[in-house]
Amino acid sequence: MSSEAIRVEALGKRYRLGAARGAFTYGSLRDTLAGAASHSLRRLRGESPEGPRAQATLWALRDVSFTVAPGEVVGIIGRNGAGKSTLLKILSRITKPTEGVVEFLGRLGSLLEVGTGFHPELTGRDNVYLNGAILGMRRHEIQRKFDDIVDFSGVSAFIDTPVKRYSSGMYVRLAFAVAAHLEPEILVVDEVLAVGDAAFQKQCLGKMHDVSRAGRTILFVSHNMQAVTRLCPRAVLLADGRVVEDGPSETVVARYLSSELGTQALRAWEANDPAAPGNDWVRLRTIRVVDDQGATTESIDVRRPAGIEIVFEVLRREQPFVPGIVLVNEQGGPVFSAMDTNPRWREPCDPGRYTSTAWIPGNLLNEGTMVVSVALGTYTSGGKTLRQAVANDAVAFQVVDPGEGGTARGDYAGTWTAPVRPLLQWTVMETTWKN
Amino acid sequence: MMDASLQVTRLVPRKGWAELRLRDVFEYRELAAFLVWRDIKVRYKQTAFGVAWAVIQPVTTMVLFTIVFGRIAQLPSEGVPYPLFTFAALLPWQVFAASLVGSSNSLVGSAGLLTKVYFPRLIVPLAASLATLVDFLVSFAVMGGLMAFYHVAPSPAILALPLFLALALATSLGVGLWFAALNVKYRDVQYVMPFIVQLWLFASPVAYSASLIHSPIGRAIYALNPMAGVIQGFRWALLGAPAPGMLIWPSVAVMAALFASGLFFFKRMEDTFADVI
Repeated sequence: MSSEAIRVEALGKRYRLGAARGAFTYGSLRDTLAGAASHSLRRLRGESPEGPRAQATLWALRDVSFTVAPGEVVGIIGRNGAGKSTLLKILSRITKPTEGVVEFLGRLGSLLEVGTGFHPELTGRDNVYLNGAILGMRRHEIQRKFDDIVDFSGVSAFIDTPVKRYSSGMYVRLAFAVAAHLEPEILVVDEVLAVGDAAFQKQCLGKMHDVSRAGRTILFVSHNMQAVTRLCPRAVLLADGRVVEDGPSETVVARYLSSELGTQALRAWEANDPAAPGNDWVRLRTIRVVDDQGATTESIDVRRPAGIEIVFEVLRREQPFVPGIVLVNEQGGPVFSAMDTNPRWREPCDPGRYTSTAWIPGNLLNEGTMVVSVALGTYTSGGKTLRQAVANDAVAFQVVDPGEGGTARGDYAGTWTAPVRPLLQWTVMETTWKN
Repeated sequence: MMDASLQVTRLVPRKGWAELRLRDVFEYRELAAFLVWRDIKVRYKQTAFGVAWAVIQPVTTMVLFTIVFGRIAQLPSEGVPYPLFTFAALLPWQVFAASLVGSSNSLVGSAGLLTKVYFPRLIVPLAASLATLVDFLVSFAVMGGLMAFYHVAPSPAILALPLFLALALATSLGVGLWFAALNVKYRDVQYVMPFIVQLWLFASPVAYSASLIHSPIGRAIYALNPMAGVIQGFRWALLGAPAPGMLIWPSVAVMAALFASGLFFFKRMEDTFADVI
């Protein structure tokens, strides 16, 4: 390790598919004992002691190597499931590599999930100290930065209020403020820009900019290609757990967007993929953006309807749940949310495969990129929904205007803002004075 | 920018047995203190009686034991009033049981932290265990009141009390480390815990006197329960009951074995916590 800030060499991480990743799939002692019994039975019969289940493993990362120089800002891009999160988890020491070596110099701070360790019963002040300590700050360091943190968060009036009384926006702002003041030598940022309002996002990007100008190393993981090219001179493209391309971010982003890797209109999970969103009774299988002919498409004519097709599998009859979608634009600004109102979802589903398609009418959305998140949620008595399966930023599509008229633009050709652009019915009343 | 003083972190797959790396735990001692502080601060939030629970629980148990074992069963109490006799045992017992249950459930209760931030995992059960000391201090004040009420003055032996307290905590933490690590993978632990605590309560001389066991072999086996040594130690230090004598050494040995094995097992499992929990 000479001059590099980060050195990753032949890194690999294997997950056992039988062993659990979700909260619903942890083993019970009985299963293990039963497993051990059948294991020795197989051995007695002279068969391979490894059952078929034992071989079900998944390499989330394989043979990944790269180095990052001090002060470099590097974007990490790739589809969901390409290994980005696993890479960050290893770098932030949450999980151990299966093979290979990682070395880095100095303190590494991650914004993997802001607000980790926040306790709802404690006040904002208490949580700043607690969260700071969890992120690796010393007490005197937190004391020194406390005023800055509170100013940055903009919640100073509520700093002695328990955070359970905060709005989610305030909560995120305070949490981010703590994380942003960690001042590590290496900062890992993962999609934090998806949270908070536009002004706050701007503040975050500004903070990242300051950090990079101060000569610190940043790894920035994002689906926002615009932000990646703007903030990162260099990008690393991951696909199926391997480095596909590493170089100037314009080149890498262009490669990503032009190849099938960049197809944002389809998201699919293998039948036994533990990363498929869901739990042990319902799992998402595919999410597609389709045109009115049912073909997968990344670009939708602004005048034509677009379908968001959600395919999921029910493994066990349990509570009822409802599919829903949330659309945001490229900047993360909300466009709309919608629930499937079909009465079918009032009843629990029998095991099987289900497809629910949301049809977004033509002449509703404005031009631009729409990012779709999908959730299967159960209504609870508290007026909330319990999410059974969530795929954030699952698919994306472009709404394009071919400029042939027939839209709310009329004959105007300039920039057209706002997330929606409905073609309205206009009534006209006319009284003319003719003499 | 990159000065030479910066520490190099090297992450590699683990080979063979885990190193203990207790230095890391020491480095993160402030986090441990914060977690203890959080547990204490949050414990009695939104309870009507608040910290009074730390008094109500042991006092109720004491009254119950005094009626059932002292009055009805007429068990001997080594020459001290039965309420004092049993409360002196409940002091270490309550802290032991709370620390055992708390540390066993600690990792699962902190799943959100474990999957998102790195810190030495040992901090979590350690903090859960230490946080029980506050309730102990409250009950200890009650003990002081009881002793004043019954006109029992402590002897200089009371100076040995922290040693017995440490023995109780180390034992609970040793077992708690085993259970905490197992609990990550096997939630069965949560169902086993109440049993273990109950069995252990009756295997310890909380409601009765260890002097009821007469045969030397029986006494030797009995001494293998560290809590037997702890409770005898508490009665000796506070009430002038017979000293545990040489029988304290098997207790210490068992504690050391439980603690060391718990520590190694925990470290051995540590790397998989975030993947499995």
